[in-house]
Amino acid sequence: MSYETIIGLEVHVELKTNSKIFCSCSTEFGAPANTHTCPICLGHPGVLPVLNRQAVDFAMKASMALNCDIAERTKFDRKNYFYPDNPKAYQISQFDEPIGENGWIDIEVNGEKKRIGITRLHLEEDAGKLTHLEGEGHSLVDYNRVGTPLVEIVSEPDIRTPEEAYAYLEKLKAIMQYTEVSDCKMEEGSLRCDANISIRPVGQEKFGTKAELKNLNSFTHVQKGLEYEETRQREEVENGGEILQETRRWDEQAKKTILMRVKEGSDDYRYFPDPDLVNLYIDKEWKERVEATIPELPDARKDRYMKKYDLPAYDAGVLTQQKAMSDFFEQGLALGGPAKPLSNWLMGEVNAYLNQHDKDIQDVPLTPKALVDMIALIEKGTISSKIAKQVFKELIENGGEAEAIVEEKGLVQISDEGAVRSMVNDALDQNEQSVEDYKNGKGKAIGFLVGQVMKASKGKANPQLVNELLKEEIDKR
Amino acid sequence: MERITEEQIRHVAELARLELKDEEIRHFGEQLDKIIDAAQQLNELDTENIAPTSHVLDVRNVLRDDEVKPSLPREEALKNAPDQQDGQIRVPSILE
Amino acid sequence: MEAFEYSLKELQQQLHSGETTVENLVNLSFSRIEEVDDQVGAFLRLDKERAVERARELDRQLKQDEISAQDALFGLPVGVKDNIVTKGLVTTCASQMLKNFEPVHDATVVEKLRDAGTVTVGKLNMDEFAMGSSNENSGYKLCRNPWNLDHVPGGSSGGSAAAVAAGEVPFSLGSDTGGSIREPAAYCGVVGMKPTYGRVSRFGLVAFASSLDQIGPITRSVEDNALVMQHIAGFDERDSTSADMDVPDFLAGLTGDIKGMKIAVPKEYLGEGVDKGVREKVQEALQLLKELGAEYEEVSLPHSKYALAAYYVLASSEASANLARFDGIRYGVRKTEDNLLDTYKKSRSDGFGDEVKRRIMLGTFALSSGYYDAYYKKAQRVRTLIKEDFEDLFLQYDVVIGPTSPTTAFKIGEAVDDPMTMYANDILTIPMNLAGVPAISIPCGLSEDMPVGLQIIGRHFDEATVYKVAHAYEKAASHNARPQFKGGAQA
Repeated sequence: MSYETIIGLEVHVELKTNSKIFCSCSTEFGAPANTHTCPICLGHPGVLPVLNRQAVDFAMKASMALNCDIAERTKFDRKNYFYPDNPKAYQISQFDEPIGENGWIDIEVNGEKKRIGITRLHLEEDAGKLTHLEGEGHSLVDYNRVGTPLVEIVSEPDIRTPEEAYAYLEKLKAIMQYTEVSDCKMEEGSLRCDANISIRPVGQEKFGTKAELKNLNSFTHVQKGLEYEETRQREEVENGGEILQETRRWDEQAKKTILMRVKEGSDDYRYFPDPDLVNLYIDKEWKERVEATIPELPDARKDRYMKKYDLPAYDAGVLTQQKAMSDFFEQGLALGGPAKPLSNWLMGEVNAYLNQHDKDIQDVPLTPKALVDMIALIEKGTISSKIAKQVFKELIENGGEAEAIVEEKGLVQISDEGAVRSMVNDALDQNEQSVEDYKNGKGKAIGFLVGQVMKASKGKANPQLVNELLKEEIDKR
Repeated sequence: MERITEEQIRHVAELARLELKDEEIRHFGEQLDKIIDAAQQLNELDTENIAPTSHVLDVRNVLRDDEVKPSLPREEALKNAPDQQDGQIRVPSILE
Repeated sequence: MEAFEYSLKELQQQLHSGETTVENLVNLSFSRIEEVDDQVGAFLRLDKERAVERARELDRQLKQDEISAQDALFGLPVGVKDNIVTKGLVTTCASQMLKNFEPVHDATVVEKLRDAGTVTVGKLNMDEFAMGSSNENSGYKLCRNPWNLDHVPGGSSGGSAAAVAAGEVPFSLGSDTGGSIREPAAYCGVVGMKPTYGRVSRFGLVAFASSLDQIGPITRSVEDNALVMQHIAGFDERDSTSADMDVPDFLAGLTGDIKGMKIAVPKEYLGEGVDKGVREKVQEALQLLKELGAEYEEVSLPHSKYALAAYYVLASSEASANLARFDGIRYGVRKTEDNLLDTYKKSRSDGFGDEVKRRIMLGTFALSSGYYDAYYKKAQRVRTLIKEDFEDLFLQYDVVIGPTSPTTAFKIGEAVDDPMTMYANDILTIPMNLAGVPAISIPCGLSEDMPVGLQIIGRHFDEATVYKVAHAYEKAASHNARPQFKGGAQA
């Protein structure tokens, strides 16, 4: 029997406000424990929440960028549960009237486009951070993160493969970054993902029992966890077993999902409208004001790159996947850089370096200006492509200006005919056998001779000129 | 008990993180039963087309600007903590 | 002669004329507390050292003429209910759970009073977390009625009413979720106002039921009450549910002229279950108001009888969430067990008294899966009907009048442990919290030597009319009986 996999994703994204959602404490990441707290976010007796306008604007902006309908009236509810990271023992969230509903995003896997539905986007407050002290029987709580505004984005169960899940997350992250509502740093927890996965025999309409995957620290872990779980569930069913409603976590070292707990029934959070917060009515003007702040989104940029700059779909896709990369490209263009070479450098050397060092474009000192200048030097013939790689290495590792580096290191291409001719003759003198071979019709020999000249010039000789002069000088002999 | 079973009382106590002795379960059970019985009286009213009131005044869109104000000094924030370590609040293990 | 026979205005004049000093007033308060509070039990905690220090500072300001005559509460001692947070002064809500809790900030009302120049002398006894109608649910000690020490002072602001009645402070702050200011004010023969929901900031009031709670003053006269309200009312950006509306001059309306005023008297408020003595006093009061030129008519508030059930479902539901934060993790008393779950349970079970547990249980049940619509949502819909009842009446009438409580203060121990009997006490005060309308309780005579409270209810944000009618009645009736501290054989 063949099975179909059904995946739904719940993504939490921290919004990039200055202050918390219900109090004026800073949301800055990485401060010493419990230094960004006040009676309100600590849930002291008698305190009341007051909603941060920017958090609502960001949630609306994110909803719009995900093609959601914006609620005309929305409210906040209390979600009741006890946990040490939850100071009021209820989380202020949105239950039945989320800010955004019925949205979608388009993804592309193996060249095929697919639309994934978004059930809802709602606004809520983040919890604190718990650290378990191994072997000491207790845990420590830091409340700095409590009250950081979060949006929870729930997808429809439209995702059918782990690759689609990966593509969905990449696209979602790109949209959140383009709209500048979040920096989406998984390592800092500003983007977090839980996945629901179930399988069903092809043709069956009813969904199978789903497992919930937690502790997914990267998109790759999400994909790997789902791949593992797909297989596990299929084997379980094929061996006559039963899928239970479980919460499982991905163990990167063991490369498998591990059972955390079996859920019995659903959790009873006793949601009810928070009497401390008044209803929000979102009118046309408010929506228009937020809508006007939405920039060009990745899909639109990709189209533009393809149409205007004639970039291949794949390249345009890679360039627009991350806002920072796309912005780098845009800045390069604005400085007069030529689109194709710029794109080629970004797609090639830049991405290779970033991947190798596990960095993002904003983490390296290379500037759009330096790259554009360097490309100009190549096109002018001041440096060769080969030398350019040396210059590039310097720029991406240590920064600086392209021309200054070329000058400082004496990397200017030797295009002086006399100088090159003399180097060519030296090479011919030292490699008479190759000259002989060439004359006997072994065309390959010319390559060897070029190499010798380049070596002698430490790569600086203009390769075109070397080629030309070699032929001339051989003919003379 | 009619309206609410002992099992329900135990479940509710668990949700509310209250530890009740058997006699308290019985006692509260009887009292809750009476109160819930009285609440049944509300069913006499047809409220099909009546909107629920969660705010008695129609105040809307109360929002504040996104401005950071000083937080509490850590000593103040932790002043009332029953147990603390390294500037954090210490609690019995979250892992079972 | 009791310490605070004078009105707040008179005390103010005495301060400005140099007849007395702030330190003297504060000392008068403390000596009266020393004299009677062993019997009354109104105060849970005094803040003597800081109060005297502040009094001296205020006296210095007074001497240097830094104070204007407009600061009408300048230099006056005040008692604050123990569910209103006071920076650096332990605030327990009369619960063992919070016996060591020292707030790191002041409630908005406390800030406002301090800005007005008052001196907080201490924190007042109450039913634990404001849940109760007799003050018998205090986690610390009994509070007794100064008129008869064998009787309850009412609740939950029992300490706030008893302290004023006993002359320990000239005024106090209470809170009212279902009658917690008005009922004790009625039982202790003082004036207690629950303002319109949203009129006074709740920031710093430890929440019992957030959609119903309001802070209000308890005083010896209507004029005093209006004066205090003038200073604590107003929009607060820290409370989203506080109303961004101007506060009118409440004192300006205290003219005694209520000619042509239209009064509604709901028949449900004088029917079965209301003591004969109470009914008679209220009818006498209505007669007097008529003599003053007002008109009254019997009307109906048809959904009154549903208010009690709706209230207990809604208030308990909100309370179950509001009181969840008392878990022994960040503050309060923790009973450490091996694991987290047992620590929660033990801390909460030891920290809360029975009434609090009962309401948490009820609220948790009403919100739980499968019951929410049948109880919570239903009660919210009924709330709408009750609110509309009042709105309908106020289309034709200026105020609604009835008794504050069906009985006078009952004996200590009489009603405990029968929650439905106890809850029925609140039947005349609860509808106003559900509707959010302002309501005052003022003395309207004695029945069997115990005070009876007259309740005057107004339109949303029309405290001014409520005060006007209350003041006119008070002046005309001139009840001047004072508490006798009967009974309580060496309490």
